[in-house]
Amino acid sequence: MNKIGLIIKREYLTRVRKRSFIIMTFLGPVLLAAIYIIPILLALHSESDKKTIAVVDESHWFEDRLKSNEEQTFIIVENMPIDSVKTLVQEGYYDIALHVPPTQLNIPSNAILYSHKQVPMNVESYIRNVMKKEIEEQKLLASGVDPDIVNAVKTDVNLSVMRMDETGNEKETFTQVQFTLGIILATLIYMFIIFFGGQVLNGVAEEKTNRIIEVIVSSVKPFQLMMGKIIGVSLVALTQFAMWIIMTVIIYFGFTAVVGLSNPAAISSGTVLNQEMVSADIMNNENVMQVVNIAHSIDFGTIIPCFLIFFILGYLLYATLYAAVGSLVDNNTDSQQFTLPITVPLMVAIISSFYIINNPDGVLSVVLSMIPFTSPISMMVRIPFGVPIWQIVISIILLIGTFILMTWIAAKIYRTGILMYGKKLTYKEIFKWLKYK
Amino acid sequence: MSFHNSKTMKITVNQVSKRYGDYPALDSISLEVPEQSIYGLLGPNGAGKTTLIRILNQITAPDSGDVLLNGEPLNRTHIARIGYLPEERGLYKKMKVGEQAVYLAQLKGIGKNEAEKRLRKWFNRFEINGWWDKKVEELSKGMQQKVQFITTVIHEPELLIFDEPFSGFDPINANLLKESIIELRDKGATVLLSTHNMASVEELCDSITLIQKGHSILEGKVTDIKRQNDTHRREILVRTDDRQRVLNLTAKHPDILIENAGEPDEMKITVMDESPNDLIKDILQIGQLVSFKEILPSMNDIFIQKVQSQNEQS
Repeated sequence: MNKIGLIIKREYLTRVRKRSFIIMTFLGPVLLAAIYIIPILLALHSESDKKTIAVVDESHWFEDRLKSNEEQTFIIVENMPIDSVKTLVQEGYYDIALHVPPTQLNIPSNAILYSHKQVPMNVESYIRNVMKKEIEEQKLLASGVDPDIVNAVKTDVNLSVMRMDETGNEKETFTQVQFTLGIILATLIYMFIIFFGGQVLNGVAEEKTNRIIEVIVSSVKPFQLMMGKIIGVSLVALTQFAMWIIMTVIIYFGFTAVVGLSNPAAISSGTVLNQEMVSADIMNNENVMQVVNIAHSIDFGTIIPCFLIFFILGYLLYATLYAAVGSLVDNNTDSQQFTLPITVPLMVAIISSFYIINNPDGVLSVVLSMIPFTSPISMMVRIPFGVPIWQIVISIILLIGTFILMTWIAAKIYRTGILMYGKKLTYKEIFKWLKYK
Repeated sequence: MSFHNSKTMKITVNQVSKRYGDYPALDSISLEVPEQSIYGLLGPNGAGKTTLIRILNQITAPDSGDVLLNGEPLNRTHIARIGYLPEERGLYKKMKVGEQAVYLAQLKGIGKNEAEKRLRKWFNRFEINGWWDKKVEELSKGMQQKVQFITTVIHEPELLIFDEPFSGFDPINANLLKESIIELRDKGATVLLSTHNMASVEELCDSITLIQKGHSILEGKVTDIKRQNDTHRREILVRTDDRQRVLNLTAKHPDILIENAGEPDEMKITVMDESPNDLIKDILQIGQLVSFKEILPSMNDIFIQKVQSQNEQS
């Protein structure tokens, strides 16, 4: 086996055998799955949170309009003063009391909700909506509008967004899904770069501080050692990632089997991002159709290869920088000043992703997805919204070019840095190393 | 003997210079290390020894000049034929001893099975067989040093470079190490030994070079160097009943130094003369000659004297 292969093997095996790797492998998917499963569990168990609302409606306008459902039960209380009902709320007999005083059309309504605990947002907004609609209706009727017209005016809006591609095909888009997907992909790349880049830094620093480095570089070239470490750690990252996907799928299948929620559409789509839609009303056929539509609206054929390319290239670019910084570590306080220039572009990219998500085709978004230090993150935010292929290609070429340049620079810093002890380092000094033979 | 040990290696360093920024680490240094010998690389701290060693190991490249191994310019194929024990040494703390030793041997181009076979032999010899599956961090410092030494020689290199090999060893293990070094030399290896421990230089080295400020200020066989730096000091032990007559010798020989020796009837006379025949004749008339000794300077004395006189010149 050649030397770089030996180094990759050692770097890989020592890491995947670590207890922390095994723990992360199991914990990661549990956390991921929890994100999707918890909303479902909450939806399933909302029964127990059902609120009982006593209604004292002195106007008698709203009594018939307030509909009980799985979240709330309205009980119309007749012939009982509101104070007595409030006492019943105090005693826990009702959860909430709604008091509507005698109402006249011209006088704004003074309805009050009494509760022992926080009134759920949806209960409050439901009541507000019902009352608003009823008063508006009453006003229309009072001004002489035909009741038929009043009924006909009632509308529920269903707004769909269609996006046209170059060939003029229309495709329904789900901004909420793209939004979530973009942020998740970008965050994953950011986390992986920080985490595994940090492993490269620590690995280099470890070899330097425990002084094995000189023995190793008397057998292999520093460049081989550096690249072996970077590649070895990247394989660890990919392994971790693959394990997470497998584990998440297993947990998801296991969960759906246990709770008896068979939803082949969501599973076969290969994504678990649609859970919010699924969990809302899992048995509802219309929603299942919705999920299928969403799944079809996501261009996995582009997203998955792009994710892998930008993840690997982004990691490689930053890993070379982390390796160079690791070689400068003497005591830990010193390395801080050199880590900062690495973390700043990553921070810029992740923070600006909230701008990009709202304006994925804006000039700043396009620029950030081209600059090699931000592009792995910024481009992933844009990809779910659809990015012209030429932009992706240019971004990848720039990324590869910068990676090669940075590898050259990092290798120069690395091979001097690893053998430099007890010297206060400045950027000026490090710059000189680039010229050493 | 195996294939590797059937060959020997000679080092020729020719006008090698290396600068770090404005600092000249090596300044046109030349030296010749004969094959199958133990060669001492001496010099004060910062003289350039480590830089020279790193050039030999191809960890760093010289700015100018060349290094020849058996007349062949330094290249990557030489790496597998060199074993290097750096002054600052360490191992992967979390890795198991055996696994790590195999890994380091593999990096030097030894196959896995062969590496294991050879390691088992060395582990037996150093009586650390029980440590194979222990993590390095569980070993004492001395134990780690033994493992490190083994990994340096496991690929049976023709050239061995030891930088302060005895630091961290107790006297028993230091002795084991010395025996091993001599044995490796006798089997054909060329050993380059960089150390400040002059006693071990006298004990082990066939030849030395003394480096200061990036160039060699003294080079040659240890015995030759000692003779060249002979101050012609001789010590004569005399037994006599009449101490006064001995003391009176100074009248005729003003340069001698007379001291009381251990026994009450013995006196020690020190003279700086290559062949003090007149003095001997006079001594024979007043007492009995117990011993006559030629005192050669120690390497320690030569080191200090050379380095200091060089410092004064500059």
